[in-house]
Amino acid sequence: MNDLISSSDLLHMYQRMVSIRAFEETLSGLFSKGLLGGTSHFCIGQESCAVGVISAARESDWLVSNHRGHGHLLARGLDIARVMGELMGKLSGYCGGRGGSQHLCAMDRCFLGTNGITGGGIPIATGAALALKYRKSDNVAIAFFGDGASNQGTFHESLNMASLWKLPVLFVCENNLYGMSNPVSKSCASGTIAVRAPAYAMHGETHDGFDVELVHEVTSAALARVRAGQGPELLELITYRQCGHSKNDARVYRSREEEAHMAERDCLLLTAKSLRQRGVSQEDIDAAAEAARQDVAAAAEAALAAPAGGREHALDGLFA
Amino acid sequence: MTDDERTIYYSKAVNEALDDELARDDSVILIGEDIGCYGGSFGVTKGLYDKYGAERLWETPISENSFVGIAVGAAMMGLRPVVEIMFMDFLALALDQLLNSAGKLHYMYGGQVTVPMVLRTPGGAKGGYGPSHSQMLSNLLVGIPGIKVVAPSTPAQVKGILKAAIRDPNPVVVIENKRLYPQRGYVPAEDYVLALDKAVIAAAGQDITLISYSSMTPVCLAVKEALKPVGIDLEVLDLVSLQPLDKESIFASVRKTGRVIIVEEACLTGGVGAEVSALISEHCLDALEAPVMRVAAADMPIPSALALEKFVLPQAEDIVAAVKRIREY
Repeated sequence: MNDLISSSDLLHMYQRMVSIRAFEETLSGLFSKGLLGGTSHFCIGQESCAVGVISAARESDWLVSNHRGHGHLLARGLDIARVMGELMGKLSGYCGGRGGSQHLCAMDRCFLGTNGITGGGIPIATGAALALKYRKSDNVAIAFFGDGASNQGTFHESLNMASLWKLPVLFVCENNLYGMSNPVSKSCASGTIAVRAPAYAMHGETHDGFDVELVHEVTSAALARVRAGQGPELLELITYRQCGHSKNDARVYRSREEEAHMAERDCLLLTAKSLRQRGVSQEDIDAAAEAARQDVAAAAEAALAAPAGGREHALDGLFA
Repeated sequence: MTDDERTIYYSKAVNEALDDELARDDSVILIGEDIGCYGGSFGVTKGLYDKYGAERLWETPISENSFVGIAVGAAMMGLRPVVEIMFMDFLALALDQLLNSAGKLHYMYGGQVTVPMVLRTPGGAKGGYGPSHSQMLSNLLVGIPGIKVVAPSTPAQVKGILKAAIRDPNPVVVIENKRLYPQRGYVPAEDYVLALDKAVIAAAGQDITLISYSSMTPVCLAVKEALKPVGIDLEVLDLVSLQPLDKESIFASVRKTGRVIIVEEACLTGGVGAEVSALISEHCLDALEAPVMRVAAADMPIPSALALEKFVLPQAEDIVAAVKRIREY
């Protein structure tokens, strides 16, 4: 049990996590009905990372996300109907349907965008941190990426420059153990990601990403150090994507036994358990979950009803 | 100061543009390799580090893709980064951030962000730099939507164009040229900007239009002078902007002369010359008295040996030969 987080805060965090789960499950349903185009990368099982980190940040801290970004978007508190609308290609979406799941930005919420290129957001967050430092802001940039992205040159280059220049950026690696089908054991020679931090004279930590309270706590501490000008840090959160990499993934690279075992560490179950241990009633927990699911259902309805753009929306707006 | 004293190197004109903009706007920062006390690989940023310091000049490790990405992130936050890529060939290392971020963000994020960054890079062969340090890659860049591409050919042009590029709210690639850096020309001292989307008639003529950009414009002008005594009156249209192309100016010149040779230092296939040629055939076929001809680099890597390089790169005599062919058509 965590003293830094009140029971009502934790209940709120739980509600956010459920809304992310419900969002992903709703999308999955929309795909099977043919109501969504392209693909999507769900974060089912990883909700605690998004909510734990972002709840520890200020609203004015800048976020950069990756291809698996729905959790980050909802954890920041974006309008769910507008996120859903973006994925459906509707004008009501944050980017009018031009961006979709992997290219969704909300500047008014300090959300610099999800990013469809693995590792592509890492230098962008570093550049945002450069601008924050240049303008003597005390806000911080937070870059979310996965274990797969940590093998891109941009990870190594950006960590190096961020450390050289003591930029206010927190690098958050959500290590869900697989880069698409490739397990970390086959892709990352160092085994874990955080051990790479000292190579860039940077502080790095690896934590259990299933525990939203722990994630919140370690992120708060890291952000305080980064904000104080002590330089960037690398926070690795061990997590697990319970679903496939994207919508068409039969998950042939791992066993159902492994999945069942990891599902015991489902962050929603763990958080509900913690809430009960704190004395929150099952009734209140269920009510929070139900409210989250209703929010998502209403958002999906609103997004479905919104209009899509026309020719002028496709062919205009290339340049400012 | 007399006009003579204002006759300065192309590289110095770039330096003056950077100096002016750094002084004028504190959101302008420079990012690149060896741009500090070394003054940049071609001396373009000389003196700026002493004047503006590390806060404005971010000297980077050799990490092109990430420092271009850093410029994108900083630009999204309202700064105006000017990035130097030391040799244009190295753009390959940064292509992801240029192609997938800089060019797309404004559009794909529904207009919520602008990316007011400039990427300056010297293209072209200087003689003996070899396969990885000599290419003019304009053909790659014009295929990236969302990026403006300019290739100024004179000191006065590069100063006004670079200043305009820095003030533009969009990503702009300014193609400089290693063979142009040591060329001199009159450059006004005062603050001025030039249009990023306008071609200029470098020299008016009646018989044949040579369309060129960057280092090939002075070569075309030299050919014009050389052919004057034999009664051939060439017009030299300097594109300046490669993306977008100034179609009006191109078509006006074609309609005037009816004969066009496109001259560029990039590979022949699939580039600016090919695009200009296609536009002319779509819009000016009735005005043409001969097929559009192209003089360009061979579709080959550029060999190091000076004895070999000249066979790959377009030479003045290739332009003269094309003039002969197009007159005889």
